[in-house]
Amino acid sequence: MGHSGWVAVSFFFAFIGSTLALTYWAAKRTKTAKEFYAAGRSITGFQNGLALAGDYMSAASFLGIAGLVATKGYDGLIYSVGFLVGWPICMFLIAEPLRNLGKFTFADVVAYRLHPRPIRTAAASGAILTVLIYLTAQMVGAGKLVVLLFGELHLQYLHAVIGVGILMMVYVLFGGMKATTWVQIIKAVLLIGGATILVVMILWHFNFSPSALFGQVSQEMMKPGKKSPYDRISLGLALMFGTAGLPHILMRFYTVPDAKEARKSVFYATGWIGYFYILTFTIGFGAAVIVGPDAIKSAGGTNMAAPLLARVLGGDAFFGFLSAVAFATILAVVAGLALAGASALSHDLYVGVLKRGVATEREQVLVARIGTIALGVLAVLLGIVFQNQNVAYLVGLAFAVAASANFPALLLSVIWRNYTTAGAVASTVVGLVLSIGLIILGPDVWGPVIAVAPKGQPPTPPIFPLENPAIVSIPAAFLAGIVVSLLTPDPAAQAKFEDEKLRTYAGIGAD
Amino acid sequence: MSDAPRGNLHLLEDPEFKDLAHRKNRFSLQLTGITLLLYYGFILLIAFKRDLFAAKIAGNITFGIALGIGVILACWLLTGIYVRWANEKYDAMVARLQEKAKHGS
Repeated sequence: MGHSGWVAVSFFFAFIGSTLALTYWAAKRTKTAKEFYAAGRSITGFQNGLALAGDYMSAASFLGIAGLVATKGYDGLIYSVGFLVGWPICMFLIAEPLRNLGKFTFADVVAYRLHPRPIRTAAASGAILTVLIYLTAQMVGAGKLVVLLFGELHLQYLHAVIGVGILMMVYVLFGGMKATTWVQIIKAVLLIGGATILVVMILWHFNFSPSALFGQVSQEMMKPGKKSPYDRISLGLALMFGTAGLPHILMRFYTVPDAKEARKSVFYATGWIGYFYILTFTIGFGAAVIVGPDAIKSAGGTNMAAPLLARVLGGDAFFGFLSAVAFATILAVVAGLALAGASALSHDLYVGVLKRGVATEREQVLVARIGTIALGVLAVLLGIVFQNQNVAYLVGLAFAVAASANFPALLLSVIWRNYTTAGAVASTVVGLVLSIGLIILGPDVWGPVIAVAPKGQPPTPPIFPLENPAIVSIPAAFLAGIVVSLLTPDPAAQAKFEDEKLRTYAGIGAD
Repeated sequence: MSDAPRGNLHLLEDPEFKDLAHRKNRFSLQLTGITLLLYYGFILLIAFKRDLFAAKIAGNITFGIALGIGVILACWLLTGIYVRWANEKYDAMVARLQEKAKHGS
């Protein structure tokens, strides 16, 4: 095995060793549902800010964007900006009401004054589907990374995917939210530190003159690609409103004691994430200039631009370190996703729907643990089935579903007095069905996967012309929610909206 | 759990509470509007003025790079402005209401 392999393996085992020790510590403090789902609400705003950054900066952020910028130029940076702009929206519209009204999941907020069973069924379906698509992306990223790193060790894609699945289950099963939070914090520090070192090395290469670096990038790479304005706006909508609909992000707001800490945590998170995305400008163009688009493409797709750049600049040791950081990144995100999925399964579907809100602490935590195992197994299977899909694309898809199915239902329930149960279910179902349906009918799936043209024939044109469905599915979800609510007025829910206000705005009665 | 604030429903009519809800909504919506303008301005420039992005503004630093970093920094600044407002103004109003809720007055 090469030098880089050993460095990566040692860093990697150091990460796993310390996080497992942490899990052991957390396991002794994780007994009740509140401890399992929300770390006993004991996380501070600063800690949660870092953990949010850890949960948010996935394989797509680090490997995906760097690769996109290195091969396609400015188009990649559109993701860097788009992934950040969701955070102010989350702060201004969602964070405080979410914390004040809910307990463990965003479905708590939607169900607060409406009929809980239909709402929880719909909201949990949106949450679980978002989580599954996102999980698949991370699994694929992990598998690809391991093949590149440890190919000589005969470690294969399958081993990597199974390994990630098992580790994720251990963190979540035993350590619950407490362990998951600290895994996120460690990973965020590693990722931000690693990316900073990489940027310093890139700038060093150009005598600390960013101008010298950007001077070597071609004019064409500095321009956005030619795409239809509708495609641009649609992706923009998905990225902006997806953040405030991601179940694993929303769930983190319940780990802090109150709305004030929730608000602070968004400020810290936005700072860390923004800083990281500003670094991607240099990392991406640095990889384009120093490694070159062709060398990146020949090394197994576009996802490996950042590690390859690290190899050129810092040798095998730095390559190994950065690869281990990328792997830790994926592992942490996967743990956060699994916990969010398990909470939707247990808290929303099992307790809320099946048991009508009545279940013992033991039972809740047990079902959440069973849910974690089920999600882990499913994630491994999905990672194997979809191993040839592009990571950034899959994450974009998850954002589209989150923005269409989860965000409209959540926002309307917080701000609109006349929202009803039927309206909330309608907006979730319309958002979910349209976002997934239009992706299937769109140019990435219809022609290449479903209606494959016979050899020699021109490819089948897509039925829906845009890559991202958000421009249709988000307005449609809002419209469905509003129209159906107006058709099914619910005076009881309207009256409860008034009670709810004291809790939404002043936190009076908040859990 | 939806019964928690029930004993304090009279607070809904309290002018202080109405003022608080009104101010919070107004400020949140203003900041949301600014964020939307910033970002969709950026997206529309991408869609319709792509050549502008390669224009050099300082050495080899292009308009596109400066704009991208500018939008990210502006978003962070906006969250900072909100936190500052909430810490200074909003929390004080919330604290007064919570005090009233406790004393049932």
